[in-house]
This record gives sequence, structure tokens and C-alpha cells, in this order.
Amino acid sequence: MAKYELLQGNQACALGALKAGVEFCAGYPITPASEVMEILAEKLPETGGRFIQMEDEIAGMGAIIGASVMGKKVLTPTSGPGFDLKQENLAFAAMAEIPCVVVNVQRSGPSTGGATISAQGDLMQAKYGTSGDSPRIVLYPNSVKEIYGTTITAFNLAEKYMTPVILLMDETIGHMRENVCLDEFDNVEIINRKFPDVAPENYHPYEPDETGIVKLAPFANGKGYRYVINGMHHTIDGMPSLTPENIYKTISRINDKVERYKEDIWQWEEQQTEDADIIIFAAGCVSRSASEAVKQLRAAGHKVGLFRPISIWPFPDEPLAKAIKNAKMVLVAEMNRGQLIHKVKEIATDNLKVVPLNIYDGTVIMPEHIIQSIKEAAK
Amino acid sequence: MSYLDYIKEKQFPLFTCAGCTHGTVTNTFLRVADELKLDKENTVIVCAIGCAGRIPTFLDFNVLRVTHGRALAFATGVKLSRPDVKVIVFMGDGDAVAIGGNHFIHAARRNIDITAIISHNEIYGMTGGQYAPTTLQGFKATTAPYGMIEPAFDVCELAKGAGSTYVARSDVYHINHLHKVMKNALTHKGFSTLEVITSCPTQFGRRNKMADPIKLVERIRDITVTQTAAEKMSVEELKDKIVIGEFVKTERPELTEIYEEKLGKLRKN
Amino acid sequence: MSTAYKVQINRKWCKNCGICLAFCPKNVFSFDEKKKLQIVNEIQCSGCLMCEKRCPDMCMKIIREEE
Ligand SMILES: Cc1ncc(C[n+]2csc(CCOP(=O)(O)OP(=O)(O)O)c2C)c(N)n1
Ligand code: SF4
Ligand code: SF4
Repeated sequence: MAKYELLQGNQACALGALKAGVEFCAGYPITPASEVMEILAEKLPETGGRFIQMEDEIAGMGAIIGASVMGKKVLTPTSGPGFDLKQENLAFAAMAEIPCVVVNVQRSGPSTGGATISAQGDLMQAKYGTSGDSPRIVLYPNSVKEIYGTTITAFNLAEKYMTPVILLMDETIGHMRENVCLDEFDNVEIINRKFPDVAPENYHPYEPDETGIVKLAPFANGKGYRYVINGMHHTIDGMPSLTPENIYKTISRINDKVERYKEDIWQWEEQQTEDADIIIFAAGCVSRSASEAVKQLRAAGHKVGLFRPISIWPFPDEPLAKAIKNAKMVLVAEMNRGQLIHKVKEIATDNLKVVPLNIYDGTVIMPEHIIQSIKEAAK
Repeated sequence: MSYLDYIKEKQFPLFTCAGCTHGTVTNTFLRVADELKLDKENTVIVCAIGCAGRIPTFLDFNVLRVTHGRALAFATGVKLSRPDVKVIVFMGDGDAVAIGGNHFIHAARRNIDITAIISHNEIYGMTGGQYAPTTLQGFKATTAPYGMIEPAFDVCELAKGAGSTYVARSDVYHINHLHKVMKNALTHKGFSTLEVITSCPTQFGRRNKMADPIKLVERIRDITVTQTAAEKMSVEELKDKIVIGEFVKTERPELTEIYEEKLGKLRKN
Repeated sequence: MSTAYKVQINRKWCKNCGICLAFCPKNVFSFDEKKKLQIVNEIQCSGCLMCEKRCPDMCMKIIREEE
């Protein structure tokens, strides 16, 4: 018989992390993300893992990378200004190709903004918040059950592609409670990073095989793989190097791998897009309202559908282009001043109307807002 | 084995300037490593950015070179996740107590079993000679063209206040003393701090009429006094001196051990 | 039987900073006119290792030879 339990979004994230095999969590308290680490602080000792509350978010990010270098699966949760502080070492993880999961339960910004106020202001920051060109896998679920599953996916992708993965949430879904059944995840696939398959004397940690993915041996592995991990541009041995060749190679490799495997990473949901004239584009908590709006508008005879990206980055441009091919209008509903709308506009053809709906007063976009916007735009 | 077995000879000579005594700290470290028969496999060196932070990439260990100032934060993750591994952190003074100051005091407070070796050269070498929080008043830097006006940090006092269970200072002139305290720092259980007075002829020396590397080492010889000598000196006499010695040698429960003791029993299966 | 020491400089790594020279108690070293390090008094070397231990570039080696 299916087992149901009442879970909070943040709790589902922590439990998903445990299911994925998280072994180390370091963080700094911040609303609305704290529950994730509070739960891991309680559970990790039971599974032989480690938790530590660090002195700030920079340190939290640093500590998880340190643990990941030792071969552990790691996570740090944060929000708002804390996510700002993560950026420096997030870039390090991207550059040095260290798998890790960073959870950002979005709150209203900029700055302190509103700790308990829901928002979607970090959609671009999640990809572009750091200096230099670096890749980012960013996932954004919209229900408690999906948070659980997506957290597992986040770990899997981090380990598979040797890169940081950001799990975006928002205050609404992070603090939402739903009755869920997680039985379907009992035998979910768990991916672990690959160990080098060449002898230590022939090992060049930053020289990947034809898959393009590096195989970094955990430090102190007892098998003689000893090397340097370095945030500076580096040689295939991880040594600092600023030759044009090495700079080009490093930047290309870390970015190209995400581009190359984007079809494996992309995740999205479509609701009634096949015949839709109007498509609502929405993610996270807003997509729940959008889904309700689709129902109501369909009931009233309007051909409306929903495109919901789950992987925000790499942006699912091809699937979106396919979904909106025959539509006349896309309504991009976001709790910010207009962020992903730029990506939608990039792929929109000339005869497609792209309409923004932006609410950033701390209230959540409701179905009525969406219905009203569509009616106005359709006039 | 020779102390040179702990370096990657192919990467030498070092990138450092002629007479940069950050290299002397490395020299001593290699000798101590050889004496202690440090296990390369099971030792992780964490370092960051700056001239002092770059040198360890030339050593034949597992080396994690991270963002400026953050070495101890990363090292905390390394040690807590693998308590059986020896963790050594090399930092410059700007690295350790300016940008990394917060991580430094918290690592000391936690008494996590990490040895922090801080090369104090009174200047930001890598970035071209800006003042450090350790630059003494009156000395010149590119950002203190009229001389440093701020008071300097006493790194050892800071470490002591924060709870480091081993705190020592030495310098590159008193080389046997340096060897002795480095060995003590590396064999201490808990958070150990070793501050080493080094010299930067290029960025500090040139701006302060001591471009000759020898002059700078002579200055270190002349301004350092041992603890025993210092005890007999007046406050006035000690004004421009730097005291070398071992200031703290205590025992306090170590973080990863407390973790195991208090939380290990919660482990299921 | 007396002990003699052989002084070896790894020229590939030496940067001629002079730190070994300046603090050698036996004046084993000097600079030539181009400020290049020279061994001028090897016979005086007492094997104190001050040069070897202070060298920032790990290029000095004192070898003990029994006679
Ligand atoms: C976040 C960040 N800020 C600034 C810098 C530039 N930076 C590089 S090294 C350095 C200071 C180096 O001084 P110190 O730590 O004393 O080491 P030294 O070079 O003197 O050995 C600075 C400010 C940086 N790399 N990263
Ligand atoms: S700039 Fe100064 S600290 Fe850096 S290598 Fe040169 S002498 Fe050493
Ligand atoms: S101390 Fe070392 S680098 Fe300097 S001159 Fe002597 S041998 Fe050469």
C-alpha cells in the first residue's frame, strides 16, 4: 500500500539529499532555507555523515567543496544575500570541476529584502552571478514531491558532469506542506562520480577522455593519485598556467560539457500545449497558479497551455521553441521585473507576441492575475 | 629520503623573486616533513592566493589551492569529512588575517586539527605591494605612499584569543628555531598556528630602502627577540621588536574527536 | 681523521640572492663582479648548514666527506 506523509518543501529537499547519498552539509542560517540544514544536522550523524554550521556562507561553500574534494557528496542551503556570498566559491567549484549541490530558496531581494517573502529574483544570478564564463545547471521544482526527486537529480547531475548544481526553490514551495507518497523513488538511480581508469603514473586529472568529463580521484585515496586542484587556469595536471592554450582549454571544457549534454539535463513539463494559441511560461510557485489558470481558461473554451521549465539552466530553448511553434502569444509570468522573458524573446519568432506578467510586491502570482493578463493582452 | 623528495622537481625553479624568503619557510617545511616522514598520500595541503599561497602547488602532496583567504574554510571541510587525513594550510598574512580573518578565528575556536602556517611578509606581494594588516606603522606600500598609518595586527595574539591550542612565532633568520617550532606545530593535536616572519624584497624591500634581500633578513635578525630575552626587556625596549617563541601549548578537545564522541553513537548500521 | 665538506650549488635554481653568503659564519661564499654567487673558501666550511637551511630556493647542498 502506498505510504503518504505530510512534508514541507525544505524537508523534502533534505530527505531527497539523504536519499541521493549526501554525506556532508555545511551552511549558515538564513530564512527561508534554514530547515534544510536543520534537518541534515539531525540526520547526517545517523548516516555517518557530517554537518557543520560555518561562520558565513563563503565558508559554508568552501567547506562543502573541501569535503567534495575528499570524495563526499555535499550540499549547502542558502537564500538571498547568502546566495550572493556563495558566488565566489561557486565559481571555484565550476572552474575546478568539483561536484556539489547548492540550494537557494529564493526570498525577496535585493539585499536583506524580505526574509519570509517569496520571490523569483535570482533566476539570472543563478547562472550569471559569478565572474567569468562558467557553466551552471539550475533546477527549479514546483511541488514537495518534485523537490524530493529533483534534489536527487541535482546530486546525480553534479556527480555525472563534475560541476556544481543549483537547486532553486522559492519561499512558497520551500515552506509549503503537501501530503506526498515517495514510494516511486525507492529504487531511483543514484549516480556516483567516476574514479580514474588509468594508472597513477599516466593520470592527468584535467585531461578527460572522449566523454569530456574529468575523473577526479578523491584526495587521499590510498591508490597513489596525487595532484593539484586549483582555481586558477590550469594544465592537465591542475598546475597554474596562463598560456592561451590552457586558458582556452579550461574555459571551453567546463562550459562545453554542459552544452554537450544539455538534452540529458533538460527537464520541463507541458500542459495542453499541442493546440494552444496562448502559452503560459512559468516556473516554481508561479507555475502552480499557471496550471490552475490553464484549467479555468480551458473550461471557458480558451486554447491555453503551460510550458514549465524545470531545468532553468541550461535553458530548454529547443523544447520551448517546439512548444510555442504554433502559438500566437506567450505570457511569461515571473515574480521579478522580467528575467527569463529575455530567454523566451530570444527564441520567439516575429509573429509571436511575448507578454510579461511581473509581480514583485511580495505577493504570489495567482491564477486570477494570469487570467486577467491574458484577457488584457488578447484584447 | 631527502627533503627534496617532497617537491615536484620538474616544476622548479620556484616562481618567486630572488631572495623571497617565503621559500625559506618551504625549505624548513620540507625538512620537517622528511623528518616526520609525512605521508604524502594521506596529507592534504590547502592554500590559496598570494605568493605564499602559490608555492605549495610545487609540493608533491594532494594540494587544494582555493580562493583568496578561504583556505581554512575549505580545510575545515577536508578535515571534518576525513578526520584521518593530515591537513596543513599555508597562507600569506593578507590571506590569513585580512580577507581570511573570520575563517582563521573560527578554525581556531573550533580547535580542528589543522596546522596553519602563516608567512608574514608585511605586504601584499602578489598584487604589487599594497599594505597588509601586518604592515608596521610608518612603512611604505603602494596604498600607503605616506607610510602606514594603521596599527598592525598581532597574529599570535589573535590566534591566542580565538582559542588556537598551539601558537608560535618564528622567522627565517632563526632557522633552527623555525625548524623546532614547525615540528611542534605539525605534531600538535588541535588547531596550531605558526606565524613566520618572512621578507619580500620586491614589493616591501624596494619601497622601504631595503631592496637587497640580505638587508631584509638582517632586519629580521635585528628586530626579533626571543621570549626569554623579551622577559627581561622593558615595554619601551620592546616597542619595535617582534618576539619569537611558543606562546601557547595547551590541550583542548579537538573538533573531529568531539564530533565522533558526541555524535558517533547516533550512527545507525 | 678530519671532516671536510663539499659545497654544491644547484645553478639551475639559484637566483643569486646572497642570503647564504651573508650569513655564512666562515665566509665560504662571495659574489663575483656580476653578482653571481661563488664558492671561494670551501675548505673553511664547518658544515653548520645555515646556507642550506636558509636558502629560499632549495639549491644549496652541503656534503659531508670523511677523510
Ligand atoms: C577575492 C580576491 N580579492 C583580491 C584578490 C587579489 N589578491 C591576490 S593575492 C592578494 C594579497 C596577497 O597578499 P598575501 O596574502 O599577504 O600574500 P603574499 O603575496 O604577500 O605572499 C590579493 C589582494 C584576489 N585574488 N581575490
Ligand atoms: S613579490 Fe615578494 S612575496 Fe612575491 S615572490 Fe616576490 S619577493 Fe616573494
Ligand atoms: S641562498 Fe640559495 S638562491 Fe640565494 S644565492 Fe644562496 S644558493 Fe643561491
